[in-house]
Amino acid sequence: MAYFLKRFAHMIFVLWAVATILFVMFRTMPGTPLAAFIDNTTTAEQQDALIRQFGLDKSFGEQYWLFLSNLMQGDLGQSFFFKKPVVEVVMEVFPNSVILTLTSLTVAYLFGIVAGAYLSWRRGSWVEGLGIPAVLMTRAAPEFWLGMVLLAFFSFHLGWLPSGGANSSGSDWSSGWERVTSLDYLSHLALPAITLAIYLQGLPLLLMRSNMLNVLQEEFITMARMKGLSTWTIVMRHAARNALLPVATAFALGIGGAVGGNVVVETVFSWPGIGRLLVNAVASSDYPLAQGAFLMITAVLVVMNFIADVSYHLLDPRVRVATR
Amino acid sequence: MQHADEIALPGRGARILLSISRGLVSASAIPRRDPFAFAGLLLYLIFVLVAIFADSLVTHDPREILFDANYDLARNLPPGEAHLLGTTYSGRDIFSQLIMGTRGALIVGVTAAVCVVTIGTIIGLISGFFGGLIDTLLMRLADIALGVPFLPFVIVLAAFLNPSQWNVVLGIALLLWPQSARVIRAQVMSLRERSFIEAARVTGAGHWRIIFVHIAPNILSLSFLYASIAVGWAILTEASISFLGFGPSDSVTWGYMLQDAYASQALGRGQYYWFVPPGFCIIAVVVAGFFISRGYEEILFPKLKD
Repeated sequence: MAYFLKRFAHMIFVLWAVATILFVMFRTMPGTPLAAFIDNTTTAEQQDALIRQFGLDKSFGEQYWLFLSNLMQGDLGQSFFFKKPVVEVVMEVFPNSVILTLTSLTVAYLFGIVAGAYLSWRRGSWVEGLGIPAVLMTRAAPEFWLGMVLLAFFSFHLGWLPSGGANSSGSDWSSGWERVTSLDYLSHLALPAITLAIYLQGLPLLLMRSNMLNVLQEEFITMARMKGLSTWTIVMRHAARNALLPVATAFALGIGGAVGGNVVVETVFSWPGIGRLLVNAVASSDYPLAQGAFLMITAVLVVMNFIADVSYHLLDPRVRVATR
Repeated sequence: MQHADEIALPGRGARILLSISRGLVSASAIPRRDPFAFAGLLLYLIFVLVAIFADSLVTHDPREILFDANYDLARNLPPGEAHLLGTTYSGRDIFSQLIMGTRGALIVGVTAAVCVVTIGTIIGLISGFFGGLIDTLLMRLADIALGVPFLPFVIVLAAFLNPSQWNVVLGIALLLWPQSARVIRAQVMSLRERSFIEAARVTGAGHWRIIFVHIAPNILSLSFLYASIAVGWAILTEASISFLGFGPSDSVTWGYMLQDAYASQALGRGQYYWFVPPGFCIIAVVVAGFFISRGYEEILFPKLKD
């Protein structure tokens, strides 16, 4: 419990620090943040009104305090472009990012765990000789490039899958659930999810393989061998269970990292997620929206790091004893 | 006593050079023992040579808009004798762009790797050696850097500063040092307790002398491990940033080529010869880094070997 509280305080500290860095960055950037609102027809009085409305006439300290207290209440300000609260805009696209991330991570981890266990079992064979460089290549390929090649081939060349977006235009659904389970949505999801999965499977695969190699050297495996158990039983029932724990932690960390890392894939496939929202907001100088999207991505990352640490602590008694 | 000290020790510059060369010797022994690391170094060597001699390897000016004999724009030409990889939508030679892109990629990659590993090594050394309050402060700083989403941060940074490839270097230097710093810190903490450090202390060596002359050469191969990974990271990040349109518009990089191909609908026209080669170049450079680091890892953590 003491560990939990300590780790929780740590998470809050990191969130506060990142929010503060972001505040300072957005306040000290060149140019007025109101550029999007001011044009030739804006009078001096209107400009003053805008400056008061956004609290820009207050001192730096007061602005910071206002920013923090608004943040605590979940108020991230108004988007310049959409003329709507930032929270609303962010929440509209956030589910799309979560669905894309979870789908690709699940596919990647299921494949990675099985393939990693298999490769550790075939240590020293030609399968390993080909497999490891192949996996390293998928880790080295830029995600957006992989997406471009798949897009050119499966969408433009073969015409099997749609080329972008999350839904065909003109489609209408009665509920959000019906929308995301429709064939139309899933066919749009397929290519970006496969692209991400190809990129993401390398980590669980390599992790699983090295964990398995470590576990297979331990005494209880020798014991199982002496008991005359088959190789399959040893690998699957005894070794894999013990090798899985760090992979499960990596999954939680993967969610946090992927939501931010999806930026380029969402852009290639015009997937309406939070990464693409951030890119568009930055490109169109919509600073409140950029700040909000960035904070949301940070929050997911930091919270998932917290969950990964705590779950690791709860699940592995050795860690629990060591930190006591 | 002080007099004797001056005679016994070589000059400051010579000492630093000596300790660096000791680290280099231990690092250079690795590729000879591992075929993967050797292959990685060979790949690096090829790319470095291409980057150096890029000017004489290109067949056209990569930025020049080309016209054919009838003064029509030489647009979307397929690969052939005149244009080894064809031309782009705006009539530029793709092969020449690919060759020139090597230079930009390597400059960004190597600069970023040097920056991030220098920061990581120095922070790891100081944090691990002194411990206490300094250690706590530096490690909290590391926690914050790890809590910032990497690519989104570089995007925001690139949008605030003028578009330039140094934004990527800055972003990487600011955010990626904790990985190397943490590992080096742990290593320094164990080295600190060894008897040869105790011996150095007894002879009257100061803190900084122990850190940079006695400890640093022992962790330099760890720094190389992280540097070889950081080169790949930097090149990948630079490509992503250019692809998203936040890169410099006046230099030809692989990321710029891919962005150009994507924006001019090369995908729809099936111009694979345009957008596939830059991706393979990026993969080759990054994989070379992985191979080298794999070689280092097997020497550093021999448990993996059996």
